[in-house]
Amino acid sequence: MNVRVYVPQDSTALSVGADDVAQKLAKQDVAEHSIDVIRNGSRGLFWLEPLVEVETERGRVAYGPVTVEDIDDLIQSGMLSGKQGHPLALGLTEEIPFLKNQQRLTFKRAGITRPTSIEDYQAHQGFIGLTRALSMSPQECVDEIKDSGLRGRGGAAFPTGIKWQTVLSAEADQKYIVCNADEGDSGTFADRLQMEADPYALIEGMIIAGFAVGADKGYIYLREEYPHSYTVLKEAISIAKHHKFLGAAINGSAFDFDIEVRLGAKSYVCGEETALLNSLEGKRGVVRAKPPLPALEGLFAKPTVVNNVLSLSTVPTIFANGADSYAEFGMGRSRGTMPFQLAGNLKQTGLVELAFGVTVDELINEFGAGSRSGRPLKAAQLGGPLGTYLPPSQWKTQMDYEALAEINAVLGHGGVVAFDDTVDMGEQARFAMEFCVVESCGKCTPCRIGSVRGVETIDKIRANENRQDNINLLHSLCSTMVNGSLCAMGGMTPFPVQSALEHFAEDFDRVESSSQKIVPTLAKSRT
Amino acid sequence: MQTETENVEMVVVDAVVAHQHLAGPLLPILHQIQSELRHIPGSALNYIAKALNLSRAEVHGVVSYYHSFTTKPHGKTVIEVCRAESCQAVGGRKIEQRFKDALGLDFGETSSDGNVTLESVYCLGNCACSPSVRVGENIYGRITESGVNAIVDKAISQLAKSKELNQ
Ligand SMILES: Cc1cc2nc3c(=O)[nH]c(=O)nc-3n(C[C@H](O)[C@H](O)[C@H](O)COP(=O)(O)O)c2cc1C
Ligand code: SF4
Ligand code: FES
Repeated sequence: MNVRVYVPQDSTALSVGADDVAQKLAKQDVAEHSIDVIRNGSRGLFWLEPLVEVETERGRVAYGPVTVEDIDDLIQSGMLSGKQGHPLALGLTEEIPFLKNQQRLTFKRAGITRPTSIEDYQAHQGFIGLTRALSMSPQECVDEIKDSGLRGRGGAAFPTGIKWQTVLSAEADQKYIVCNADEGDSGTFADRLQMEADPYALIEGMIIAGFAVGADKGYIYLREEYPHSYTVLKEAISIAKHHKFLGAAINGSAFDFDIEVRLGAKSYVCGEETALLNSLEGKRGVVRAKPPLPALEGLFAKPTVVNNVLSLSTVPTIFANGADSYAEFGMGRSRGTMPFQLAGNLKQTGLVELAFGVTVDELINEFGAGSRSGRPLKAAQLGGPLGTYLPPSQWKTQMDYEALAEINAVLGHGGVVAFDDTVDMGEQARFAMEFCVVESCGKCTPCRIGSVRGVETIDKIRANENRQDNINLLHSLCSTMVNGSLCAMGGMTPFPVQSALEHFAEDFDRVESSSQKIVPTLAKSRT
Repeated sequence: MQTETENVEMVVVDAVVAHQHLAGPLLPILHQIQSELRHIPGSALNYIAKALNLSRAEVHGVVSYYHSFTTKPHGKTVIEVCRAESCQAVGGRKIEQRFKDALGLDFGETSSDGNVTLESVYCLGNCACSPSVRVGENIYGRITESGVNAIVDKAISQLAKSKELNQ
């Protein structure tokens, strides 16, 4: 009998040995079964990777995390007929609570399909949204996005429909769609998973965006740190061209659209939209002053939509199911679902797509199942390296842009990084400043110089030098950075620092023992 | 036999020719040169500047801005250790130190035989299986302190293998 066995081809699955597992499975010689190894995308249940799935009459049955050494044993115990009982057997994939309790819209295909198979994509509702969009007028398309309530998933949460309207209304001979795939926030990987598991959703979203605003050219600005995503995107784009979903007269319509992928070059600030545009133009990735808005004067000074991977990849779903059905999810002004990302010291890490409104605690303790180390958790950083550190006492807060703003926290791109009680929050605060030293684009003084002073001041506090004076100095330095920086790099670097000071003051009180001596590790900053 | 200078010239010309038609071609050109020569030689700047109608200073400004481009040659293998928060949360700082010790290098340094460069990186998108490290096009996750030497050995032995193939 032919058995279909799925082994994900995704950076994270590969990073823990998925290729070796796939190769070993393909070479198995089992009497009554012949194994058909299929390379799917990942489901995003990353703590279980490599997650091997076997197709059975009841549905796909999961085993994980599987190593090469486990395979003989698994096959002996009846894995190929979906038998349970082996310690790595997880039952039906769709019944794993971490997955079952999610509300997957943007990620509905992740791990189910073969990422670059356009047939799989179409068999799972692919291009339905596009077909509908092409039957509407550009203004109707923009209105559909407005009605969905979609806000940018890159971090700033700006309403996507309003951005598109500005570009649609602008008169120009050329307009652009730029996809921000720079995903610089530590603790986040949703863009990466999206691009590697379901690249056609992004492509479809970009085509719809282009049609809605009148742009015929799209760029994906991808971080250089994602080599596997680069391969997948290039392959998907070339297949889409071959099938006439990109290029001239898309899907038989009168609309032309093309996409090019460009690589970044290891610069965090290039995730900021105007720095990104400079970088695409071949310049230093320095932030531009606004106005002019990129929507009016963006890439090569033309009206440009800059949207995050997730914002664009959600567009096909909105068009396929209708704006209202998307807007039914969520709370307040945060409509739809958000792909949260659980990382750091958690037992169950991965992608959790849910309607806005879930609490930090539910994410960390229910989905995440507590710490990986078994020690008590002490802090969670939300929203990347510029995000606030929250103590457990604040974890009842709901994941909603406005609710988080009330406690000076940000949702950002949806990353949640948990730390156990061995973390030294003084060290984390220092790192936040150090990161700003390394990554500042150098345009404004509070960010460029303030961050260097920040590191020095934290070092002095931790060395017990004029403690109170230096704490006061750090506070005033933080407010100068918050108030005097052009972009969120300098403007939000103080968030992790101030929250560490506020909630974990005792960590700044440690007198350094010799084994913990601070070694100045200031990495090279930009020249 | 080609001289070193001729080789550099050829790579630079190829990179420019391959990308000159693009809108905003400078980063793609620099990526190709960096990947083939493992740095951007000073001698390339004039040629690129002229071809793209830029000043040499502008090209230099771009090269010096981005961490991916180096003016000194990188090693044949680059090991990039993630220093960011998710990796820190599961022992990343110790892993950083292990790599430094195993290679006898600090971040940004290249071994004296020109084989290996150690670099830092701020997130590989592999945070759900932190700590993470990248070697060339491969990413490794869930790295343990005792696993560091194996990664370093593998990187070096692959280098030796590719050398044999080239001979
Ligand atoms: C320092 C800095 C880094 C940023 N990095 C990213 C990033 O990596 N990815 C992203 O989508 N947006 C990032 N942003 C937000 C972008 O400037 C912009 O808001 C976003 O690309 C707009 O797309 P959206 O509306 O779909 O979110 C960053 C902003 C700042 C200030
Ligand atoms: S805040 Fe920092 S990164 Fe942002 S523009 Fe100013 S110097 Fe550049
Ligand atoms: S923080 Fe290290 S891989 Fe993301």
